[in-house]
Amino acid sequence: MSLLEIRNLSVEFETAHGLFRAVDSVDLEIDQGEMAAIVGESGSGKSVSMLALMGLLPWTARITADRMNFDGKDLLTISQKERRKIIGKDISMIFQEPMTSLNPCFTVGYQIMEVIKEHLGGTRKELEARAIELLGLVGIPAPESRLRAFPHQMSGGMNQRVMIAMMIACNPRLLIADEPTTALDVTIQAQILELLQDLQHKRGMALVLITHDMGVVAETAEVVNVQYAGQQVERQNVVDLFAKPQHPYTYALLSALPERATGKRLPSIPGVVPGLLDRPTGCLFNPRCQFATDKCRSTPPALHSKVLCHYPLVDGKPTNNHPGVSGPGSSGQGSSGQGSSGQEALGGNV
Amino acid sequence: MAVETVLKANNLKRYYDIKGGMFAKGGTVKALDGASFNLEAGKTLAVVGESGCGKSTLARLVTLIEKPTDGELVLGGFDIGSAHTAEEKRTLRQMVQIVFQDPYGSLNPRQKVSTILEEPLKINTSMSSAERRTEVLSMMSRVGLRPEQADRYPHMFSGGQRQRIAIARALMLRPKIVILDEPVSALDVSIQAQVLNLLTDLQEEMNLAYLFISHDLSVVRHIADDVLVMYLGQPVEHGSREEIFSNPQHPYTKALLSATPVADPSRKRERIKLVGELPSPLNPPSGCTFHPRCPLANERCKAEMPKLAPTSSAQVSCHAVAEGRS
Repeated sequence: MSLLEIRNLSVEFETAHGLFRAVDSVDLEIDQGEMAAIVGESGSGKSVSMLALMGLLPWTARITADRMNFDGKDLLTISQKERRKIIGKDISMIFQEPMTSLNPCFTVGYQIMEVIKEHLGGTRKELEARAIELLGLVGIPAPESRLRAFPHQMSGGMNQRVMIAMMIACNPRLLIADEPTTALDVTIQAQILELLQDLQHKRGMALVLITHDMGVVAETAEVVNVQYAGQQVERQNVVDLFAKPQHPYTYALLSALPERATGKRLPSIPGVVPGLLDRPTGCLFNPRCQFATDKCRSTPPALHSKVLCHYPLVDGKPTNNHPGVSGPGSSGQGSSGQGSSGQEALGGNV
Repeated sequence: MAVETVLKANNLKRYYDIKGGMFAKGGTVKALDGASFNLEAGKTLAVVGESGCGKSTLARLVTLIEKPTDGELVLGGFDIGSAHTAEEKRTLRQMVQIVFQDPYGSLNPRQKVSTILEEPLKINTSMSSAERRTEVLSMMSRVGLRPEQADRYPHMFSGGQRQRIAIARALMLRPKIVILDEPVSALDVSIQAQVLNLLTDLQEEMNLAYLFISHDLSVVRHIADDVLVMYLGQPVEHGSREEIFSNPQHPYTKALLSATPVADPSRKRERIKLVGELPSPLNPPSGCTFHPRCPLANERCKAEMPKLAPTSSAQVSCHAVAEGRS
């Protein structure tokens, strides 16, 4: 049985302009000790889906799911009191901005000890010893003296380590890291990612990494969920995803990386992620998709073997059943003229 | 076509004095400590390094927001030290413009796009308001914005579009040099590609020289012609893009390259681990400032500061490279 199982999770927000679906039928399954990543542009509902799991969304959010199980417990039906016992102890979360997620009014030692006291209890001495041990574990030099430091006295990398120390204080089974390294320098990013991987291996902890950095995904994750406009468009293991992306969005996202560029111009994705008022009909990606057809513009696609697309790609090209493509050797450019919105078309002509 | 050197910096320095308080001792922060480089029209020089390495101080000096403590800065043939009259200073200032990192913070939320773009013309030229309007609209179409968007406010635009507005604003006075201070690091990959393409096109069209400040090496690799690697206010390696990326010499450059994640899961590589963080510039380490984190450091590195010296490929400031230690 998997550690976390989410089936058909949707999150809707009530806004002045009507209901906005931030997360649209997302599935997620994670085993003990597994490393999964959720990628997508901003506005694709990556963070919201995980905040829904943590129960951290405001009351305007309407969360629905067929199933949301963690370690055999049904998170949909348990009481708030029960949930509080799990959140912060068995499931914990690291946020993007270490500077703003720590309380500036308390020392880091106090903040770490507060977590342990709440969930495990203990005397003041025990708590202090455990906090020092944790700070040492995440690689903070001279942890005894750092206990009484305030967040503003430390650098961003150090604060992120404190956040990690706080989050692993109760030996969580599942750690959710929401862009844990985006605000940090590359050398510090490498240190933090290594630390997270190390903790995952040593403790058999499952890790969900939310990020938009494809490089970070390639180096750390085992399974990848690609999200677009709240929908899960593709799920594959990391090697296949980078070698053979099946959804046009994944394909476009990977081609837009500067390091994959062949010429001076980068193949970019025209337009932006749709918001509340400009939702397209049919497939949500169709206005930006170079392979879109009339069917894509009218009918929302169903999930084909973990890919949400009418015409999943094979080797970066649409297959035979795609209208306008004569055979498997075709480049797929024949159908792209009508699909791209005119700014910058993807693929061979750039 | 003869290459035109539009920017020449020679041993550029900027120190900040810290006042002593009741308990704290005063001191000097050497934010930038001796940077020399040339920039040619139509070329891109990328400045890379961790936060606190003096990248942004360099940008502030080149845009004449601050005066260098020491050193020589020549913009388009004029030495900034010899510009005394207001007229001379104005010409110099029109030559360099800057695009900031955060398109959410760098545009005035209470001004319309047309007002934002018109302002440089209003201050620096004697154009009539009709002329300014035409100029604004032509610049907007150049950076990929539609004319009907001229009377909208910044909050009505997405991040990528706002960065287009910031770029348009920087180009209004037809500068020769544009400083790009992390122009794409706040943007998503797909939008980042759009903005980078735009920058490439504009450079070709207007023969612009870019000083591209970034910590994202994959972006730098794509856009730069030359690369300057900085550490704690000092340049540690300077060379062409090919040399820096294919044959990095300085241990810091190597570490920086190995720390950058590569979007290829099948590639396994040896990561050079840097211990610790950037030391405080108020109290920099003795000798080579990189020695506490350097895997190749020895006694000489602790005592003696290395100088930027030419090697077979690039200019490197390192004793270990000079001695052939590894």
